[in-house]
Amino acid sequence: MKDFTRYTGTSDYIVSEDLQNDVNVSIALGRPLLIKGEPGTGKTLLARSVAAGLGQELLTWNIKSTTKAQDGLYIYDTVQRLNDSRFGGNDVSNIENYIKLGKLGEAFARETQVVVLIDEIDKADIEFPNDLLAELDEMKFYIPETKKTIAARQRPAIIITSNSEKELPDAFLRRCVFHYIEFPNPELMEKIVRVHFPDLAEQMIQEAMTAFYQLRETEGLRKKPSTSELIDWLKALLAAGHNGKVDLQKNLPFLGALLKNENDYEIAARQRQAFQKRSAMTPFRR
Amino acid sequence: MVTPTEWLALMEALSRGFAGNSLVSFYHLSRSLLVKTEALFDHFDLAFREFFTGLEVPPEIFAELWQWLGQESLRREIGADALKDLPQYDWETVRKMFEERLKEQKEKHNGGNRWIGTGGTSPFGHGGHHPGGLRVGGEEGGGMAVKIAAERRFKGYRRDVTLDVRQIKVALKKLRHLRRTGSRLELDIDETVDKACKNAGEIELIFTPEHKNDVKVLLLMDAGGSMYPYAKLVDRLFSAANSVNHFAQFNHYYFHNSIYDYLRPEIDGRERIPTAQVLKELNPDHKVILVGDASMAPYELFMENGIIDYYDRNETAGIVWFERIASHFRRTVWLNPMPERYWRHPTIAAIGQVFPMFHLSLEGLDEAIKKLTAF
Ligand SMILES: Nc1ncnc2c1ncn2[C@@H]1O[C@H](COP(=O)(O)OP(=O)(O)OP(=O)(O)O)[C@@H](O)[C@H]1O
Ligand SMILES: [Mg+2]
Repeated sequence: MKDFTRYTGTSDYIVSEDLQNDVNVSIALGRPLLIKGEPGTGKTLLARSVAAGLGQELLTWNIKSTTKAQDGLYIYDTVQRLNDSRFGGNDVSNIENYIKLGKLGEAFARETQVVVLIDEIDKADIEFPNDLLAELDEMKFYIPETKKTIAARQRPAIIITSNSEKELPDAFLRRCVFHYIEFPNPELMEKIVRVHFPDLAEQMIQEAMTAFYQLRETEGLRKKPSTSELIDWLKALLAAGHNGKVDLQKNLPFLGALLKNENDYEIAARQRQAFQKRSAMTPFRR
Repeated sequence: MVTPTEWLALMEALSRGFAGNSLVSFYHLSRSLLVKTEALFDHFDLAFREFFTGLEVPPEIFAELWQWLGQESLRREIGADALKDLPQYDWETVRKMFEERLKEQKEKHNGGNRWIGTGGTSPFGHGGHHPGGLRVGGEEGGGMAVKIAAERRFKGYRRDVTLDVRQIKVALKKLRHLRRTGSRLELDIDETVDKACKNAGEIELIFTPEHKNDVKVLLLMDAGGSMYPYAKLVDRLFSAANSVNHFAQFNHYYFHNSIYDYLRPEIDGRERIPTAQVLKELNPDHKVILVGDASMAPYELFMENGIIDYYDRNETAGIVWFERIASHFRRTVWLNPMPERYWRHPTIAAIGQVFPMFHLSLEGLDEAIKKLTAF
């Protein structure tokens, strides 16, 4: 196991041992690592942490519904060429001037090993992943316009995230190492919170965590608050000077930072009211 | 299904010592390399638990794998020749067993004592010792891994049981296969610019057939009493279908046990629309999804005036209406929330003859949608 650099996490990102292992296995086997998990569970951040941990550059390819596989390899900027041919500019006869490498192409062309993040692959067309199979397998591609092959000098580590908006094709899945980031349990969440807020009062952490996990249990939420919302919420609380001074059991300030869906906000607010009424009716019980 | 590519990846990873000496690592490693969706993690857990707590697993295979996994020597570099020693049949057998166990577990959900914890007869049970020194049931050894599997933390992600609105929407979106249809042409600006550039500025207009989504859906839902336990499920299906705003047309009606002369536009409204009118108005291209348990007294389905609402009458038997629907529309499916083992019931069987019937689970829904989109 000494034949490659190992990722062991970074100080700003809390990562389970299984996930560390999966990252390392994916790098060692030269297979893309597919990451799924609830929104806000640190999928995108993982890639940044892996790059930082390995001391490599991160190239991020953000996928949109209109992204084509080809965009990641190279683009032949014919419009620029046409423009130049009419109005002057670069040497139009050298097509190479108009070939722009995409993120994958760039990663292959680098002298040193890099980390490539293909973020939110499920946003693209259903055929998108299949269109990349050969390039991901062989880590090279051919540019017919210039008759050149771009081949990876150093196989980049490839991390792919998905929010499961679409299912991914089997042929693509077969080639991946798969990791599902489970929603952090309170113990892990506490560590994550401490990474972001090293000076948070102990009592505040406990209260915030209890309130947070209770909120997640609320029946009927369209989108449960996740790690990123918890962090935002704590930021808001701190900014308002609440460090350790509010009883979060009694009231939840800045609920909007946790629940961004109007519907969810109302459900939770109503439930808290009911809860407060109940506790107000039993003033003698402790 | 585990494919050879995936199996080989696991073999490579194992041979390079990624599982170390621990079954816990092996659990995670094999899951990451063999199972590519969290929906199947629970199946994997079940199989893993059965296999590694399993007592009736043929001892030779178990011993071989176990030894191979557990050997001290594995911690050291395992040579390529050692890997070659692992004969091919091993994989086949293991895989077959894996699949058999899976099937078995599906069929009898309560497991029974054949699989788990009968204790004692094999050297590999809980608390036993492995000759190589790995203790099953210890903190580091197999016990821990089996415990992880036994927790079944991914039960909630199974697709054959759970169905939430988002999942249904994802499934239904597959219906809206965009097709280039019709003869109307539209100017494809991207292509035109591209072509012009490639032609060094010579403009050539490119036209393509109109890109339009022509999927029309008719949803017919049983809101009868026996459907009560499934009300939430049907409701989710409805709200998912209703919010997939890509259908060219979406119609829905309710019925009570069987379809007769009238359909209801609202679940508990009084308004009624003649079924014949609906058939006349909707063209055969509509993809029809019927949802119901198809369970009723036989006379409700087969007889005139069999309708359960006793102040009501129907001149035509329910089954005849179903047949008319099936012959009017080109693509129809029936989704039944009842588990398949009940489908021998006479009215379910009869309706199953008229419409292709699928279980109202994500798996079933996927199958149904394949049926609806087939040419
Ligand atoms: N393990 C973690 N360690 C530290 N911070 C974390 C961790 N997980 C999540 N976070 C926090 O949550 C935020 C959201 O993470 P990130 O954007 O990576 O989530 P994501 O899974 O990519 O979400 P989405 O699906 O919405 O893209 C991060 O900016 C970080 O503040
Ligand atoms: Mg992200």
